[in-house]
Amino acid sequence: MTTASALEFETVIGMEVHAHLLTRSKMFCPCPLPSLDSPPNTDVCPICLGMPGVLPVINKRAVELTIMTGLALDCQIAEHARFDRKNYHYPDLMKGYQISEYDEPLCRNGRLEVEVDGGKRGIGVTRVHLEEDVAKLYHVTNPAGESYSLVDVNRSGVPLMEIVSEPDIRTPEEARAYLVELRRILRYIGASRANMEEGNMRCEPNVSVRPRGSSELGTKVELKNINSFRHVYDAIKFEVERQVGVLRSGGRIVQETRGWRPGTGEAVPQRSKEYANDYRYFPEPDLPPLAISRDWVEEIRSRMPELPAAKRERFQARYGLSPYDVNLLTESRARADFFEAAVALVAEERQRAKAVANWVNGDFAALLNAQNVEIEDAKVTPQHLSELIDLIEAGTITGAAAKAVFLETFAGGRAPREVVEERGLAQIIAGDEIASAVDRVVAANPKAVEDYRGGKQEAIKFLVGQVMRETRGRSDPNTARELLERKLGGAAS
Amino acid sequence: MPVPEPLYALTVHEAAELLARREVSSLELTRAVLDRIHQVDDRIRAFLTLCEDEALQQAREADGRLARDETSPLMGIPGAIKDVICTKGIRTTCGSRILDNFVPPFDAFVIERLKESGFVMVGKTNMDEFAMGSSGENSAFHPTHNPWDLERVPGGSSAGSAAAVASGEALFALGSDTGGSIRQPACLSGVVGFKPTYGRVSRFGLVAFGSSLDQIGPLTKGVRDAAIVLRCIAGHDPRDSTSAEVDVPEYEQSLVPDLRGLRLGVPREYFPEGMDQGVRDAMEAALRTMEDLGAEVDREVSLPSTPHALAVYYIIAPSEASANLARYDGVKYGFSHTEGQDMWDNMEKTRQFGFGDEVKRRIMLGTYALSAGYYDAYYLKAQKVRTLIRREFDAAFQSHDALVAPVSPTPAFKIGEKVDDPLQMYLSDVFTIPVNIAGLPAISVPCGFPGGLPVGFQVIGKPFDEATVLRVAYAYEQATEWHKRRPPL
Repeated sequence: MTTASALEFETVIGMEVHAHLLTRSKMFCPCPLPSLDSPPNTDVCPICLGMPGVLPVINKRAVELTIMTGLALDCQIAEHARFDRKNYHYPDLMKGYQISEYDEPLCRNGRLEVEVDGGKRGIGVTRVHLEEDVAKLYHVTNPAGESYSLVDVNRSGVPLMEIVSEPDIRTPEEARAYLVELRRILRYIGASRANMEEGNMRCEPNVSVRPRGSSELGTKVELKNINSFRHVYDAIKFEVERQVGVLRSGGRIVQETRGWRPGTGEAVPQRSKEYANDYRYFPEPDLPPLAISRDWVEEIRSRMPELPAAKRERFQARYGLSPYDVNLLTESRARADFFEAAVALVAEERQRAKAVANWVNGDFAALLNAQNVEIEDAKVTPQHLSELIDLIEAGTITGAAAKAVFLETFAGGRAPREVVEERGLAQIIAGDEIASAVDRVVAANPKAVEDYRGGKQEAIKFLVGQVMRETRGRSDPNTARELLERKLGGAAS
Repeated sequence: MPVPEPLYALTVHEAAELLARREVSSLELTRAVLDRIHQVDDRIRAFLTLCEDEALQQAREADGRLARDETSPLMGIPGAIKDVICTKGIRTTCGSRILDNFVPPFDAFVIERLKESGFVMVGKTNMDEFAMGSSGENSAFHPTHNPWDLERVPGGSSAGSAAAVASGEALFALGSDTGGSIRQPACLSGVVGFKPTYGRVSRFGLVAFGSSLDQIGPLTKGVRDAAIVLRCIAGHDPRDSTSAEVDVPEYEQSLVPDLRGLRLGVPREYFPEGMDQGVRDAMEAALRTMEDLGAEVDREVSLPSTPHALAVYYIIAPSEASANLARYDGVKYGFSHTEGQDMWDNMEKTRQFGFGDEVKRRIMLGTYALSAGYYDAYYLKAQKVRTLIRREFDAAFQSHDALVAPVSPTPAFKIGEKVDDPLQMYLSDVFTIPVNIAGLPAISVPCGFPGGLPVGFQVIGKPFDEATVLRVAYAYEQATEWHKRRPPL
């Protein structure tokens, strides 16, 4: 008989992801979506405040974005969807129930492929449904030591999409890869800002372990308070080790919710599931069921952009780039679009692609990152980058100069050629090119050479001028002068 | 032509004519109604909030608009609003302690409509708490008295609206009907009460009780007035997703004084054994009158699921109510208990002290019916029976233009008579509830005064066929004198 301490364990993870949708107004009322700096309780109305007598009206855009997400995740889109009331009491829940979708969600049975260390695995997506977010509570202790809670209703009624995965995830790495790819898709299709740090994407992994080879699921623990990809990884890793430890020492896993404390690196019990509510779901009588016509679904599908996976494949095939480069280029749709726009400006795109990719993934990405600017807000345009690469390849400027030009274009949005001219950066061409120009100038101007050798200082200025002319002004005059002096046997004295 | 006295006794259309001819001003009319309220309301107690200053102001505005030849059937007409309908800046209590101090920051759709048409709001009327009740006695504030017999209830839950119209304290009123709450008090108080098709009138601003059943409608002194008020408040509202995009006809055009060519059905199940003899006799007489008016009356109609309607209703309405009333937790508005040990204690005590017994009873019923393990047996089954009830009505309407049935099994009962017996109280609505379950339009019309107390019948119509319902009611009304009786106050 095997004992627990001798068993090998397998990790089983299911992921629940909530994402705020990028609509213009809230889920059921005309209020604008609050911004990060909205003062508390300003983006509110009687409807999202849950006042007596108000009624919800479905935000069509939110339904479209959910369907588009479903399509992006290869889901079946329901022909009939319905909203339900999920009943529970909490001060952040204005109506005492949340309008959600219980047994007729908009999307079901999807799949998301993730890649970890070169290996690809499909993670099942159980369902994608639409609901409304709740208000935000702030627990405060004032200087007098009294503690109380404040409610900010701005977030109440913000459209919230929930994406539930099958328990198909097996490692913390896969969990992270799933979230990274999901985030990328949500951003690509414009469904969500999907920013965990800002709280508009939240994830709750359900973690359990079981003896390797077993097909039964172990008791799961839900992890909350995770607001970065790093936390996802750390929290799951911690929880798996904890569960294995408990089982190895003969203990049992309690079904519960644990909150991740990044400070201590622990997930601590939040509330036991025994206390969990009977949500008493029932169909929302204020909203008629939704009939989702196939025409509408196809119309939404026709508006769907190329998804990250397809883009990666295409970039690799068309531009012959490495998976590493492609992965970085397709991190966001805007970055990929920028890349393609810049590449498209030249005829021989395949040759140019690597250079553009290097800039986009290298200096450009670093600057954007350092200055916290999104690529779509950057002052550098694809035309700029293309022009810059032209200047380099024509030998007009050196690589080092190009970096300086790029910096200037990045900062001020001025065209590289303009910067080069104004800053005189075009003068800087490679030394051997200047040297051959010097040779030609010396050969072509015997009189001046003689004058110089005869001690006529001014003659060198004439020769430098000729070198400049020969190189169409792209030489550094000091370099030209040095080379001339060396060639003519040192300065006359 | 001399102005008839007293002004408060006028119907809406009579008053509108006098206003249009400038023989009476809205200010005079409004003052007459306010005086009447001061004269009788200490006995009737129809109002929870009086809006005298606002009413006089609105009357002056209406007179200004009339002087500019603006016309609207309700311009300058004093009306009363059931306190379950949100009125901007004027407290809206739903007859509950828990909303004692609640002042809505917005108007209900129907109030917007009435204000556009220039009505004058004299006050907010008393009601069973959150519209749960059939007598008005479940008001957290005070009971309302039946103008025909002050020791009796006026019916409910639109108790104050019915009593106010019957006693001349308003020319018309709005009520809400979830299981009979317009028709039953109209019947017991001797006025006309009209519940339109579900979806005909926007529920935006109507504080929800049973969301799939609730509907706002008028209580008036006569059928023509009901047509006028309905015409004003009906129509699509994008803020209510259950409000229908169906054209609203000119209802007054369907008011003709005969019933020729109409086939009316009388469902057998609405005349059970042991029915009150006064009600039965009044019904029989009314049906004969309808035949005299040219209608074909078919007494062989059957709606076999009718006996289940009450049970269905007491699953669905409390289930919806248990969620609708969850928002009253003392955190945001209304009564708030703050002396408790902690947040949960305060929320619990807010509800414990803020709600009355009947409301708590229904919240518990609904919570139970929706609970895991019971949902299928109760809520889901009730929805299935609801579908059956609908289908039976549909079938009956295949061969009948409208159905005629009693409204209340008995005339008004005594205050206190049924308060300790919820089941007896629930049975008051046994004939009105199926109509809500099927979402149909139905009007209650007085048809006799057995023992000096009013009784009535209801005309039930096809969905969105309010016109036929009004036509039947009007022809009957015009052929009889019942609507001219006024209570001896």
